[in-house]
Amino acid sequence: MDKIKGKAWKFGDNIDTDVIIPARYLNTTDPEELAKHCMEDADPEFSKKVNEGDIIVAGKNFGCGSSREHAPISIKVCGIACVIAESFARIFYRNAFNTGLLILECPEATKETETGDELEIYPEEGKIINLTKNKTYITKPLPAFMKEILDDGGLIPHIMKKFKLQ
Amino acid sequence: MKKYHMTLAEKILAKKLNRSFVEARELVEVPVDLTLANDITGPLAIKTFESTKIGKVFNPEKIALVMDHFTPNKDIKSAEQVRICREFAKKYGISHYYEGGNCGIEHALLPELGLVGPGDIVIGADSHTCTYGALGAFATGVGSTDLAAAWITGKIWFKVPESIKFVYYGKFNPWVTGKDLILYTIGDIGVDGALYKAIEFTGEVIKKLSMAERFTMANMAIEAGGKVGLIEADKKTLTYIKNRFKRTPLVLKADKKAKYVEIREYDISKIEPVVALPHLPSNVKAVKDLSEKIFIDQVVIGSCTNGRIEDLAIAAKILKNRKVNTNVRCIIIPATPNIYYQALKKGYIRVFIEAGAIVSPPTCGPCLGGHMGILAKGEKAVATTNRNFVGRMGHPESEVYLASSAVAAASAVLGYIATPEELGVKW
Repeated sequence: MDKIKGKAWKFGDNIDTDVIIPARYLNTTDPEELAKHCMEDADPEFSKKVNEGDIIVAGKNFGCGSSREHAPISIKVCGIACVIAESFARIFYRNAFNTGLLILECPEATKETETGDELEIYPEEGKIINLTKNKTYITKPLPAFMKEILDDGGLIPHIMKKFKLQ
Repeated sequence: MKKYHMTLAEKILAKKLNRSFVEARELVEVPVDLTLANDITGPLAIKTFESTKIGKVFNPEKIALVMDHFTPNKDIKSAEQVRICREFAKKYGISHYYEGGNCGIEHALLPELGLVGPGDIVIGADSHTCTYGALGAFATGVGSTDLAAAWITGKIWFKVPESIKFVYYGKFNPWVTGKDLILYTIGDIGVDGALYKAIEFTGEVIKKLSMAERFTMANMAIEAGGKVGLIEADKKTLTYIKNRFKRTPLVLKADKKAKYVEIREYDISKIEPVVALPHLPSNVKAVKDLSEKIFIDQVVIGSCTNGRIEDLAIAAKILKNRKVNTNVRCIIIPATPNIYYQALKKGYIRVFIEAGAIVSPPTCGPCLGGHMGILAKGEKAVATTNRNFVGRMGHPESEVYLASSAVAAASAVLGYIATPEELGVKW
C-alpha cells in the first residue's frame, strides 16, 4: 500500500450511516451518484470540497447504524483515501475492508487533529504523521486475517483464491 | 477433560463447528443457515456475486430476498432495484423471494414464516438481522460483499464476540413494554456500549415477555453496537416456532459459570415509559420527566421493531373511541400481510380508520426516510422505530422521538409526547 498524503476533515462521535449516505439516495448502487451525497447531512458541500487523497478523521463508533455498504463506497469514491477514527461500528468495519476503504483506529490522532491539518499515512507501518502539528502516531496493527484480505485485494478476490484452490 | 464454560454465543458457534468449545476473540468460519437481503442491499450483493462469474449459489433454499424498504416501489430507480432482485431470484431458483402481497418487513416476516429458529446462524445485509436473537439464533447484520461471499461459500467468518449480560428483574410499571426496557438499557450503556459484543438478555422479566417484546429488544441490540442480541429459547420460543419452523431447533443455554465482560442488572420497577430524544437512541428520558410539552406533527407505529400484532393491539386499545389530534398524521404500518389480516379480523383496522389514522401496507418506508411519511424541515415525529439519527425520517432538520406503541398512540391523540396514563387509559 502506498503512502497517503492529504488534508484532514474532522467529524465528531457516532457518525452514523444515515449521515454518511442518507437513505433517500439508496435507490441506486451507482458509486459516482452515491459519492455526490457523501456526508451530505453533516456538511452539504462536503463532496465538492474534498480533494482526492483527503482523510476523514472522526471520534468513536464511526459508521454506526445500518449495514449499507453504500456508505464506505460513497466515502471511497468521493476521493477519501482513509478514515481514521477512535473506533468503528462493527458492520462498517467489515464493509470498509470488503470494499477496499482503508480505515485506521487511532484515538490519539483523532483527538489532536483538526480540519485542514496535512496528514501523511504509511499504511504498512500503521504510521500517521500530522505535518501541520508535527506529531507522529502509531496505530494498532491490523489483525493478520484482515491484512490477508487486504493483500488479496478485498474479500471477494480472497474468497475466490480459496474457492479455486478447493 | 476440562470443562469449558461458555456463553450462549460461544455455545452456538461451537456447536455449529462441531467443537467442544470456542473462546472469545478467536476467528471462526461457520456455515450459515439463512442469508437475507432486501431491495437496498440485495442489488449490491448481486452485482458483487455476478462479478465473480461463479454462476451458482451455495444453496438457493438458504437465501431470502425481501423487497420491503422502498416498496411498494416508490420511484423508477427503486423499481429497477427490485427488478434486479426478482430476476436474480428467478435465475438461481430462489423460492424465498418476497414482493407484493406475500411481502412484509423482513425481520417480522422471516420468523413468522418459520425460516429462522433457535441455534441458527443467520447473516443479513440489514443491520436489524439481530432481531432473530429473540429466538436464540446467532443472527447479525453484514454488508452486501460479506453476503455475496456467503452466497459462494455458504460460510461467514466471525471473531467470537465477548459477551455482556443484562439481567432484568422486578415488577412492571403501567405501560412499560419491551421497547422501554431496551431504550432504557441503551440509554444506560450508550450507542457503543456493546460494540463488537454479544448481548444476552436474561432474568425473570425476559422469561415473562411475549415473543413480540423479545423481538423488539433483540432488534435494537445493534443500537448499542452489539453483534448479536440473544435470548435463550424456552417454552414460549418453542410454542412460537411450532407449526412454522421446519428444521430441528437447536436449543442451547449459557453455562452458569460462563465468562462475561460485563453483567448489568436492571430493577424494572424503576423504569417508566420512555422516549429517545433526537438524535441518538441512547438519548433516553422518561416521558414524565420531559421539561416541556413536545408538540408533534406525525406518529409512526410500525417497523421491524414494533409492527407486530401485539403493538397494534396496544394502539387499538388507546385509539378506540378517540380521535387522532388534528395537528398529527398518525401512520400505522402492520409489519406483514398476516399481521394486517389479523388486525382486520380483530377489528383494529376499523378502530384506526375511525380514529383518523392512516393504515399503510407493510413497508419499512418512513423508518429510514424512504417514503410513506417523510418529515418536512422542523417537523417532529414520535415513532416506534429504532433510529432517530439526523435526517433519518426526512429533512435533516426534522426530529424523531423513539417510543413504544403505547406512548406513540397516546401522543397521536394528545398531539404532544405523552403516556396513555395522561390520556386516562387504564392499563
